[in-house]
Amino acid sequence: MVYIKVVTDGSPYGEPRLSCMSVGFLLKKKGDSVVWRGPKKNAMIRQFLSDVRWGDLDYLVIDTPPGTSDEHLSLLEHLAPVHSRLSAVIVTTPQAVALIDAMKCLSFTRTVSLPVLGLIENMSGYVCPCCGEISNVFSTGGGEEMARREGLPFLGSMPVDTELVTLLDAAEVEPTSNESSDKSFELLQRYQKTSSANLFTAITQKLIQTLPGVEQSSSEANTR
Amino acid sequence: MLAVQRPTEVPDPSSVPSNAPEHCPGTESELAGKADACNGCANQEICASNKPKGPDPALPFIRERMSTVKRKILVLSGKGGVGKSTFTAQLGWAFAADEQLQTGIMDVDICGPSIPTILGIAAEQVHSSSSGWSPVYVQDNLGVMSVGFMLPSSKDAVMWRGPKKNGLISQFLKDVDWGDLDYLVVDTPPGTSDEHLSIVQFLKESGIDGAVLITTPQEVALQDVRREINFCKKVGIRVLGLVENMSGFVCPGCKTESQIFKPSTGGAKRLAEETGVEFLGAVPLDPRIGKSADYGVSFLDEYPDSPATAAYLDIIDRLKHILGDA
Repeated sequence: MVYIKVVTDGSPYGEPRLSCMSVGFLLKKKGDSVVWRGPKKNAMIRQFLSDVRWGDLDYLVIDTPPGTSDEHLSLLEHLAPVHSRLSAVIVTTPQAVALIDAMKCLSFTRTVSLPVLGLIENMSGYVCPCCGEISNVFSTGGGEEMARREGLPFLGSMPVDTELVTLLDAAEVEPTSNESSDKSFELLQRYQKTSSANLFTAITQKLIQTLPGVEQSSSEANTR
Repeated sequence: MLAVQRPTEVPDPSSVPSNAPEHCPGTESELAGKADACNGCANQEICASNKPKGPDPALPFIRERMSTVKRKILVLSGKGGVGKSTFTAQLGWAFAADEQLQTGIMDVDICGPSIPTILGIAAEQVHSSSSGWSPVYVQDNLGVMSVGFMLPSSKDAVMWRGPKKNGLISQFLKDVDWGDLDYLVVDTPPGTSDEHLSIVQFLKESGIDGAVLITTPQEVALQDVRREINFCKKVGIRVLGLVENMSGFVCPGCKTESQIFKPSTGGAKRLAEETGVEFLGAVPLDPRIGKSADYGVSFLDEYPDSPATAAYLDIIDRLKHILGDA
């Protein structure tokens, strides 16, 4: 069986260039749970890599669940033939409890010799919409400190952006592969207007610079 | 067009052995041991022979250990980082505040054990005696078991696939000298996978009193709660209720409350109404909760005046009431 990816941008803005694949597209109802043990998840990951008609891609970004278990090991195994083109980004929140898990994640990448492009500190501060005061809801600076201590490039901090949270919630329309559907394209346009979009652009630029040999189409794995 | 995989006969998830191949039909199926997928599976012979399958050899030992545990409560969430472990810890502390009660906390998040840090016992180690592994005690009546106590350093990653995690969970249930417990609170990793299936299977005979679901208010998190409720239905666990965490934030500067994770679809309350699950309450986001967790101190004891403390205590009272203990 060949899966066709779902395209999220397209016609009004030129050729579709952003596509994605998720088990979410394969569920009958959005409330269905996927109660699978490791081997079944492993098979799905293999199918996503081998049976999806990705076409020519410059970047493949892989979102993973928390932890260092079946999904992560399976990905590494299946992608072993292209290991030289794999790398990871670690995302953490600033509080100590999260940093401990981020350290475990880093140990994992070191054990499997996966290069880490850098660390991102998410939910770093929250700007009160009323008075503009910045509150560090999950403390702050922990990610930057960890990056410095571990000799990793620090890619940036992302404050909590309520606008983005709302935007992503509203995006939960029925997933369709209908290319003329404008709803999801609108999402991209609205995303560009959020304050997070600028910060992400800066992070992405840093990332692209650190990635070797972009022209030969690099793969990028996103861990945690 | 999107090609949708037509699911072949879906086996009862609790009847698929942990070391089964990808397309295991389930041990209860007529095809058990005879399907194409069974070729090469370690259990093929057992499944194919029509002999009654012996249960997991660990089960009698687990039943024995769990016979002295009155209530077993699971803490579940769909997403990571919504406050499961923090809630588990507060629940443990709140139960243990009654000196007459014995409480245990079991952390089955094998790859990301946060419980030792949150309870301030990250440096402790597990000791074994003739009666089994001793839990680490936070106070006289609050024992804890976590894989975090077994790692040489907190930086070490536990890179285990399912069967190995299941093995450890089974040991936590049969080899830990829990003693007489009034409550055993089980903290789980996010999702619905190996750890969750295993704990349900291992405790099937002893019985689980129910599950508490934790979520944050935004729709992205609520979707995963629907999956979690669906999971509980599938495996037959009672949902004790739903807690909305990180609900509203009071700015320390201007004292105005704002919604960090905006409940654009009505939040957990609405979801609870839709699904017929009890809504236990909403805990506001207080930055001191995260701080307390980082420093391993009880938020309830440190900041008794916080609105979040009041919310936690109400939820815990409600839980006790639902369990019939209040």
